[in-house]
This record gives sequence, C-alpha cells and structure tokens, in this order.
Amino acid sequence: MTEKTTILNLPEDELVHPGNRACAGCGLSIVYRIGLKALGRNTILVVPPSCLTVLQGLYPIAATQLPCLNVTFASTAAAATGVLGALRALKNKDTTVAAWAGDGGTSDIGLQALSGACERGEDLIFICYDNEAYMNTGVQRSGTTPQGVITTTTPFSGKAQIKKDVPAIIAAHGIDYVATASAAYPLDLYDKIVKAKTIKGPKYIHVHTPCPAGWGFEPRYTVKLGKMAVESGLFDLYEIENHTFRLTGASEKLLGKKRKPVADYFKAQARFRALDDAKIAAVQQEIDEKWAAYSPPA
Amino acid sequence: MHIIESGNVAAASGVKLARVQVIAAYPITPQTPLTERLSEFVDSGEMDAEYIPVESEHSALAVCIAAASTGARAFTATSANGLLYMNEQLHWAAGARLPIVMCVVNRGIGAPWTVWNDHQDAISQRDTGWIQLYCADHQQIIDTVLKAFYLAETVSVPVMVCYDGYILSHTYMPFDVPDQAAVDKFLPPFTPAYALTPGQPANLNTVTLPDIRPDVRGNMAPGYMEIRQNLHADMRDAIDVLADVNKKFETVFGRNGDPYIESYQCEDAEFVAICLGSLSYHLRDVVDILRSQNISVGVMGLRLYRPFPDQAIIDALSGRKGVIVFEKALSYGNQGALYGDIKAALYPAAARPVIHNYILGLGGREIKTDQLVEALKNSCTQADAIGDAPQWIGLKL
Repeated sequence: MTEKTTILNLPEDELVHPGNRACAGCGLSIVYRIGLKALGRNTILVVPPSCLTVLQGLYPIAATQLPCLNVTFASTAAAATGVLGALRALKNKDTTVAAWAGDGGTSDIGLQALSGACERGEDLIFICYDNEAYMNTGVQRSGTTPQGVITTTTPFSGKAQIKKDVPAIIAAHGIDYVATASAAYPLDLYDKIVKAKTIKGPKYIHVHTPCPAGWGFEPRYTVKLGKMAVESGLFDLYEIENHTFRLTGASEKLLGKKRKPVADYFKAQARFRALDDAKIAAVQQEIDEKWAAYSPPA
Repeated sequence: MHIIESGNVAAASGVKLARVQVIAAYPITPQTPLTERLSEFVDSGEMDAEYIPVESEHSALAVCIAAASTGARAFTATSANGLLYMNEQLHWAAGARLPIVMCVVNRGIGAPWTVWNDHQDAISQRDTGWIQLYCADHQQIIDTVLKAFYLAETVSVPVMVCYDGYILSHTYMPFDVPDQAAVDKFLPPFTPAYALTPGQPANLNTVTLPDIRPDVRGNMAPGYMEIRQNLHADMRDAIDVLADVNKKFETVFGRNGDPYIESYQCEDAEFVAICLGSLSYHLRDVVDILRSQNISVGVMGLRLYRPFPDQAIIDALSGRKGVIVFEKALSYGNQGALYGDIKAALYPAAARPVIHNYILGLGGREIKTDQLVEALKNSCTQADAIGDAPQWIGLKL
C-alpha cells in the first residue's frame, strides 16, 4: 500500500444516511460507512438478506445513496455477475460493482455462487462482513462461527467445529486480490477497498465485524473488541495480492512483538463463556504456532 | 429463409434475432443444445451479447434478474430439475417485474431420474407469476420466442416459452427464420421502466412491512399486497396484450393463428380433446381416424397456460357435449392441473360439457396412436360411463 489514508484525507462525502436501522454499536455500520466512501458514487451494490438489508431501511425508505439491488440469499455473486454483464452490454466500463454479504451469505449459502464468479474471473468486489453468526435471524451458528461459541443453535456447549477459513478458500481460486480487514481499523479497510477498485477481476475482502448483541458485550466496546481480536493475533489483517501474502496495518506491526493473550479477548464477551482454560490454552497455542510461521526464527 | 433444423436451434435463432444482450445458462438435458448454439453465436461474433456460463441454474436466473434490473434484455433456458432449482428466483423475477424470457424444454423431474419429456416441470411452476406459452412445432418455437420478449417487456412480467423435450427439441423440421430487419421492425430495443444507474439512488426489492407506508415525500407507497395485486392485474391484462402482440406479429411476418387456442376440426365438433404442446398435433391424426368413423370430434392445443385464458376456454368449449383433457402432468392426490383449470373456467359457462381427464406420457412413456384413439373414442361414445378421476393411458402394470 503506497499512500495510507488518514482521518485527515478521508472523503467527507457521506453515502449512508444517518438514522439508519443498525443496532447500537453495530460494527457493520462502521464498515458500511467507510466502505461506501471507498467505493464512491459510481458504484452499484448487490446485497443478499443480512443485517445490511435491515440497516438499509424498510421500503419505501433507503439509507444509502448508491443504487442497490437486493437479491436472494444464495445468489449474491451471480447477481453481481448479471449487473456486470448488463453494464458491459450497455458499454458502461467504469462503474464498480460491489457485492456485500454477511458471513452466512458468503461462507455458507452464498459460497457456490461466489466460487463460480471467482472462477469465471468476474470483475467484482465481494465484501464479506463477518460477525461470526447469523445475526439478522437471531444469532445462529454459521460456517465462520469460531469453535466454542455459544449461539442459539449451539446453546450450551458451544460450536464444536472450527471457523471456516473463507479468505483461504477464495484465494485458492487464484484470484489477484484477497484481503482481510476489521471494523476496528476502518482506514486499513478503506485503503484495501480503494486498492481493490484498481485491480481487474474478482476481489475478495473479509471484514471482521464485532456485533454487541450477538457476541455479548456493551455497544461502546465494538472497536475495542475488534482491536483485541487483532492484537491477540487471533484475527489477522493481511493481503494476498498477486498470490503473495503479507500482513498489513496493525497485524504487520505485531511481527516480532508481544501479542496480547487471547484469553482477554474471549473473556470480554459472553459468547465464549463455555470455553474452559484448557480450550483457551489450546487456541493460544494455535495462535502462537501461526505467528511463529509468520516470523520464523532468524 | 427456410431451414431444416432442430427445435433447440429454432429457439436459439429466435434469441439471436431478438438481440438479447445477456445470456446465462447451465447445461441440462434436453435444453443444452439450445445454449450451446447461443455460445457459438456469441463466440463467433455473429451475436453481440454477453454469454455467462454460470455454475448453476439458480445463478443463471440470478444473472438474468440482475441484468434485467440493470437494463439489459436477458435470456436463459432450462429443463426439469434445473427449473425447480430456480424456484425462488422464478418468484423473485416475477415479483421484481423483470421481462426475462426463458425457454423451458419440458422434461420429467426426479426422483427417480428421467431425461424424457413430460410437462411436470413447467406445470409445477405455474404459480410463480410467470407467463407460460406452449409451442407445438418449430415455427411456433422461433415465433413464440420473439413474441415472448415483446409481451414480457409490454407487461413487465417474465415469460416461459415451453416446448417438448426431444419431441421438439431434438427433432428436425423446416421452419422460416425471419430477416433481422423484419424482427427489428417488430421488436424494438428494450427500454426498461427503471434500471440500476449510478447517481440515481434506488434500493430495489427491499424489505416491506404488512401495511403501506409513506415514502420520503410523504406519499403512501404501494405495500407488498398492492404489489402482488398489481402483478395479478397485469397478468390478467397480458391475455389481451398477447392478442395485440399476435396481430402486430402477423402484420410484420404474415403468419399468426389464434393467440390462445390452436384448433383442428373443432368448428362442428361435439367433442373436443385439449392439451398442451406437441401432443395436439399427434391428436390430429387421432381426430382424423375418429372422424372417419363418424365421430364428431376435434382437438385444441392451448398456447397460453398462465395467465389462464378462461374466456377463450368458455367461448371454445361451452355447449360441446364433451371435453377431454390430455395431460403430461399431474397434481398428485388431485387431478391433472390443466383439467382442474378448465373445469374451473367452465363453471360459469352457459352449457357445461361432460369433461374427462387422461394422464399420459409421464417420464417419456411412449404415447401410441391406437391408445389415444381408444381413449378418445371411449370418451366420445360412453361419456357418462367415465368418472371425474384421472384415467391413465399407457400404464403397463
């Protein structure tokens, strides 16, 4: 990333209206506001059912200033393909098409269409805001819910399975740009979306998005929780650009530094309450091994 | 120009002449040769369109929905389970009022697997808000594709052009391929009522509440129920619009036919056989045989199934002694769907005929002329002996 955006040169143009229907402390509302600034006005959005459908408002009122096509749950990337096809047919070559889905709409029901679009090389930006469960329907487990998390469909002992690594799955399609980001680091997200706009073909950005209601923390701690996930080394900010992986932003700065214990992150939220110390220690060990691989001993 | 080609090529030729801008398709038998031919048209540069080889039928219709929402003329084609896989997208396309045209090359649906022809696929989707047109030969296929775009774009309702798998899709017949100039005269470029446009904020297909609500200017906007009633009303209007489309088609191309019902030997017929698709041409042979035995019978092929042309049905069938409905589909646990529709249409008729229902040809079971002769003759000669329950033709066990 050559020129980093700061709060001083972030565009002032607001493309999301105030007074939208997001919950208090919604991580998505940060991601969406900043993301739309990065996408700019010459953009068409494609949105499946998700918290975003509600955030954007109920008919006949809309919270966004961009044209937006609401589509069926499984079809997001295919619908974005259709918008792109029509724009090509109509000789419009400069409009950005951005698909914007939740983790369920990306990693579970939307994965087939997303895989198809990536394999075909569609020139779209797919943004997954990952709040790690089906929040819009009331906190059911999804493919990206981490192991041990209490949801309404893993109610007592927590989810048994590990979190699906969607960015790795998408990177395996051989596309030119895959990135992760976090609601807690909006400028890093902004720069990644701006960079994605300059790259032809499919671009995938996976955004870790804290959810007070679904994770069980006070709305004022949304950014704090997002930072804890990154600073503990659990959720990493990175880019895979032209098939080359590199850590970015706050995660890059962690290289060679002491990371915060992941236990602090887990204990700041109600959803991890089923995790005992042994399980937390096991996750800590996995994180340590992952970071050892990032920065091998000299 | 007359050519001898398959039904699938007739459909593909119509799509090319209609200057479709976005095509999305996924392979399924017996539709595949249609979209293969379209990919050849596009890849060779004969056709200026986007051909998008999607990973599923659900995505095929997603592409068409989004392309039409962005202002492009869009087409797809499918059969059987592919159509069923599109089910929620069928409702979505109709609810969003998008004038997509889709060829449904009729095939039976699993389980168990069958690749052969019947009408269960399209009939099971009759309540999705799509117009359904049925074809009986290759000329009708190419002509109906052209009319379908005109009709869809006039009433803002998507249209299925249905024709029999293998019987029409894979057989060869001579048919006229009209000149591009004539087609352009008939079918103007697509001008959408609305389209996704940067700089023009719009949130299409968003969440509605049970009651109507004011928009940002304070005007009450139609709610979900008004939107549904509007779709129904426009579907009903499509019956008359189809007649207008047919008239315009005749002016340009010099051929036509009744928009709703194609009749053979019906003028003086006491008994009338009625069905969908190519079976009506098979039944013409049967009518000829029975006419030679002094049985007063004719056959009608229904060309429009949804919206249901009930007044045309009343006009055509009221006062007949008997009506015999032959169907390659069934509403399990009840009766043939077309049979139920025709009975309902005839309820207010001045003189209601006796009416029978034959189920046949499911999963491609061969339909033999002598079986049809026997069934139709029985219905004409022992009308009162046959009850309301569906009779099966060709069952072997």
